Amino acid sequence: MATTGTAGTGPTTQKPREEWTGQVGFIIAAIGSAVGLGNIWRFPGVAYENGGGAFLVPYLVALLTAGIPILFLDYAIGHRFRGSAPTAFRRIRTWLESLGWFQVMICFVIALYYTAVIAWAVSFFVFSFDLRWGDDPAGFFTGDYLQLADPGVSLEFVPSVLVPLVAVWVVTIAVLAAGVARGVQRANMVFLPLLVVAFLVLVVRSLFLEGAADGLNALFTPDWAALGDANVWIAAYSQIFFSLSIAFGIMITYASYRKRRANLTTPGLVVAFSNSSFEILAGIGVFATLGFLAHEQGVGVGELEGISGPILSFVTFPAIVSQMPGGPFFGALFFGSLAMAGFTSLLSILQVVSAGFQEKFGWSPRQASVRLGVVSAVISVALFSTTTGLIALDTADQWANNIGIVASAVLMSVLVLWVLRRGPELRYHLNTVSTFRLGAWWQVLVAVLAPLVLGYMLVSRVVTLLVDGYEGYPGWYLALVGWGTVAFVVVAALVLAALRWRRSPDDFVPWPPFPPGEAVQGAGRTPSAGGSAARRPAGTAGEEAR
Amino acid sequence: MSAEAVILLVLSIVVVWGGLLAAILRLRARPERTDLPSGGEDDHREDVAPVERDT
Repeated sequence: MATTGTAGTGPTTQKPREEWTGQVGFIIAAIGSAVGLGNIWRFPGVAYENGGGAFLVPYLVALLTAGIPILFLDYAIGHRFRGSAPTAFRRIRTWLESLGWFQVMICFVIALYYTAVIAWAVSFFVFSFDLRWGDDPAGFFTGDYLQLADPGVSLEFVPSVLVPLVAVWVVTIAVLAAGVARGVQRANMVFLPLLVVAFLVLVVRSLFLEGAADGLNALFTPDWAALGDANVWIAAYSQIFFSLSIAFGIMITYASYRKRRANLTTPGLVVAFSNSSFEILAGIGVFATLGFLAHEQGVGVGELEGISGPILSFVTFPAIVSQMPGGPFFGALFFGSLAMAGFTSLLSILQVVSAGFQEKFGWSPRQASVRLGVVSAVISVALFSTTTGLIALDTADQWANNIGIVASAVLMSVLVLWVLRRGPELRYHLNTVSTFRLGAWWQVLVAVLAPLVLGYMLVSRVVTLLVDGYEGYPGWYLALVGWGTVAFVVVAALVLAALRWRRSPDDFVPWPPFPPGEAVQGAGRTPSAGGSAARRPAGTAGEEAR
Repeated sequence: MSAEAVILLVLSIVVVWGGLLAAILRLRARPERTDLPSGGEDDHREDVAPVERDT
């Protein structure tokens, strides 16, 4: 077996780790991950329905008390334990590896349908040029384009979805195969600036539409009474939580590619505020445009339907584009932005999966990308380019997000901070390498407030889905596609955690040593084959890789 | 637009984009810690790792 040495430390058991080229590369990639479809199609509608301008208050509170603190928790775990989610969690405690695989499998499932939405956006980008949806965008989207059938399992493929879906997978596999710096980072360096410019042009254009002021008026007029409604606060925490790409392995993986002596918290603030800044921008653009639609139809903005989610993007926006002077250009900007925002997020989601398999099975980035990509592409095409694709997507998304990711966050907080009590160590790590210091309040927020709020969200959603079902779909279908998705993620996580490591990740010494002053010789380097295991938790030292 | 809506629009922009600006300025003023403890030399690679084969 060939080994590679680190500067002067002799042969090692660990491969040298891939790395971002620098701080900016990391920040751009992390923003690219956080800014996704949810920023564009979810935030404006959520803000409008939950107090309008008054939503700013719970939104900011949620950002500061849950979003940013959990983001820092992800950073701390990934950076201190230098690995993808399974590796990092295993290095905290061996049995925690399965939580890492749980996060990897959530990402795997999300990637399967996220690609389909990007494929729709790419299709509609093309359709924009000749306004192919005609006079009936709703009929076009579900009928002509998706050829939607009743809930069920169909193998009737829809070529208009299949072709762009395969194209998205091919490009994604190519980018991931090139590695972290030359693939993921480079793609973000191109697409994120392009996205910001395209979206800024779109927003400026939207502000000059007739009725734009009415749209903004509807979005920003505060309903202060809403602040007394607990559901509005839950909506704010949900929006922040789902928007920031936290608690399902992405930020753990991304932080692990930073060099050890790297600032974490201040770049984290830049990432978190960039994400929210884009959301505010999207709110302005989307509601100015909806104001125009209301003006054209001679109705109030409040009477409009389809103001969030896929319907906003693929039905309402096409309708607006058709009525607007210079519509094709506006449509191309919108769908181009949607595709780019989705694509940079997709890369981060799949990097979690790729990194997990690379480390466990000793695959190169290229091997992981091609093997996982081809398998994912086949499943994705089979499930989501058929006539039942939209329903499968909607159902899998509901369960993967509201059950999968929220459960992952609660488990991470409870197991790492309550059971294993690693909060002080992680806070020490962040404070030692970073320029923005965290007080004890950080531990209170991630260990107490976050699991309480998220735990409530999880339990109430489970009850709702069990009692009321979802969207009126048949019970057997929800059991299969909804709960089945969760069951698949759990079983796959347990199986993957039980498999043998190609190369044990356990021979690892975190740096900086904790508690401080307990200097460990060789700490901070990947230790040699017989290296110290001083900071490994009792019971795991010397344990063979499974 | 009503005065209230305008105020909230401006406030949202000032607080969120201001937060972004403040974070960027803070990072530019002090990009990295200069007082890190010893150790922590990197085990990274800037590029694709050497090919490894089992022999």
